[in-house]
Amino acid sequence: MGWIVGIIIAVLIVWLVLMYNGLVRLKNMVENGWSQIDVQLQRRFDLIPNLVETVKGYAAHEKELFENIAKAKQSLINAQGVAQKGEASGELSNALKSIFALSEAYPELKANQNFLELQQELKGTEDKISFARQFYNDSVTRLNQQIDMFPTNIVASIFNFTKREYFEIDTPEARGPVKVQF
Amino acid sequence: MFEIVRKNKRITGFIVFMFIALIAVIVYSVGYVSSMDMYLMIPLALIISIITSIGTYYYSDRIVLAVSGARPADDKEFKYIKDNLEGLCIAAGLRTVPRLYIIDDSAPNAFATGRNPENAVICLTTGLLDKLEMYELEGVIAHELGHIKNYDILISTIATVMVGMIALLADWFTRTMFWGRDDDDSGGGRNPFLLIIGILLIVLSPIIAQFMQLALSRNREYLADATAIEFTRNPNGLINALKKISDDKEPLEAANKATANMYIINPFKEREQMTWMQRMFATHPPIEDRINAIQNIH
Repeated sequence: MGWIVGIIIAVLIVWLVLMYNGLVRLKNMVENGWSQIDVQLQRRFDLIPNLVETVKGYAAHEKELFENIAKAKQSLINAQGVAQKGEASGELSNALKSIFALSEAYPELKANQNFLELQQELKGTEDKISFARQFYNDSVTRLNQQIDMFPTNIVASIFNFTKREYFEIDTPEARGPVKVQF
Repeated sequence: MFEIVRKNKRITGFIVFMFIALIAVIVYSVGYVSSMDMYLMIPLALIISIITSIGTYYYSDRIVLAVSGARPADDKEFKYIKDNLEGLCIAAGLRTVPRLYIIDDSAPNAFATGRNPENAVICLTTGLLDKLEMYELEGVIAHELGHIKNYDILISTIATVMVGMIALLADWFTRTMFWGRDDDDSGGGRNPFLLIIGILLIVLSPIIAQFMQLALSRNREYLADATAIEFTRNPNGLINALKKISDDKEPLEAANKATANMYIINPFKEREQMTWMQRMFATHPPIEDRINAIQNIH
């Protein structure tokens, strides 16, 4: 009779270990996802000075644009935590979009080889930010789900696993209707 | 969307379970019907089957590349593809980006190989790059990435090993039948009806096993499609790519029967409606079924 209890306890322990390890795995995926976002944000950040220099060569008087970029860069440096970084990242994306839209008015800029390469690089990086954000948000969903659902919620609260925030790139314009102007 | 992925993985589990059940039934039948020493035969069949498959599995990337005449993709020329591939790897949570290879062939197709994600290769034909839009290419690359992430090469190798093992056991059995059995065994209380069923099962087992292997292959194709959508979040990319590739009538010169089942669409498959028999023994599900399955993902 005693050994049946022993087996039940053993199975229970194994189950608890599996749940705990599952939570650890999910938490690490979230951490990894966040660092991926950081890597891509940094990469984009590093490309910007070169871009600004190239554009200044053709459109030095577009002061407002350069100010927006500088402001957005500063926001990103100051940003703490997921929500702020999301907002700052959105600001920077918008500022960059304006620069590329600008190139339409300056055909020599558009033809500049350096500019084209930078444009391609930045587009690639924006895409990767998008993918990284998707992976991060998916991982957060999975982790939060396990933290909420029974019976893993018990293990989660014992070992203090906390729910994480989603990475929202929130700019008011992104939420509004898209204006297409020709 | 994650539900569909889970459902397909459950189906895999079911097929693997049926495989093991089949092996158990065969082993029991052979033991019942003949005088073969099953304690020797089972491990022997398994070991031989593993040995014949292990080389192909371990060096799958090199072998397939050599057979297909593929060349490594140049960084500059294919930067836009490599960027997209890297992005998809981020979305997939894959640390190592698979190596990209190109096959010079105007027929559009793609495949993935490699024993694990760290040693993986994705191969695209120049025809694919020419004929597909970027968002469609992304769907195809995501599908191949799905195969890599889901360890499909490993799974299909395991299936091949099991089929091989069953074929060996069935083959040895028929040999002992021809040579006759020990007389002191016959009449040992064996039901003649069960005997016949057992023999029938054993003779049919290689075909049953092969059918299961192909069912598994089709199941993993559905799973790769679903996984691709998980990465790209854009069903239309893959759907339109599948339509374009299957509509293209050009034969793929680089393909041969050994590698055919790894391509995104079987290069040899019949384009018209498949008969019931052909569907059962096809490596890939029919295109319309794949498209329907993808459209059901939300």
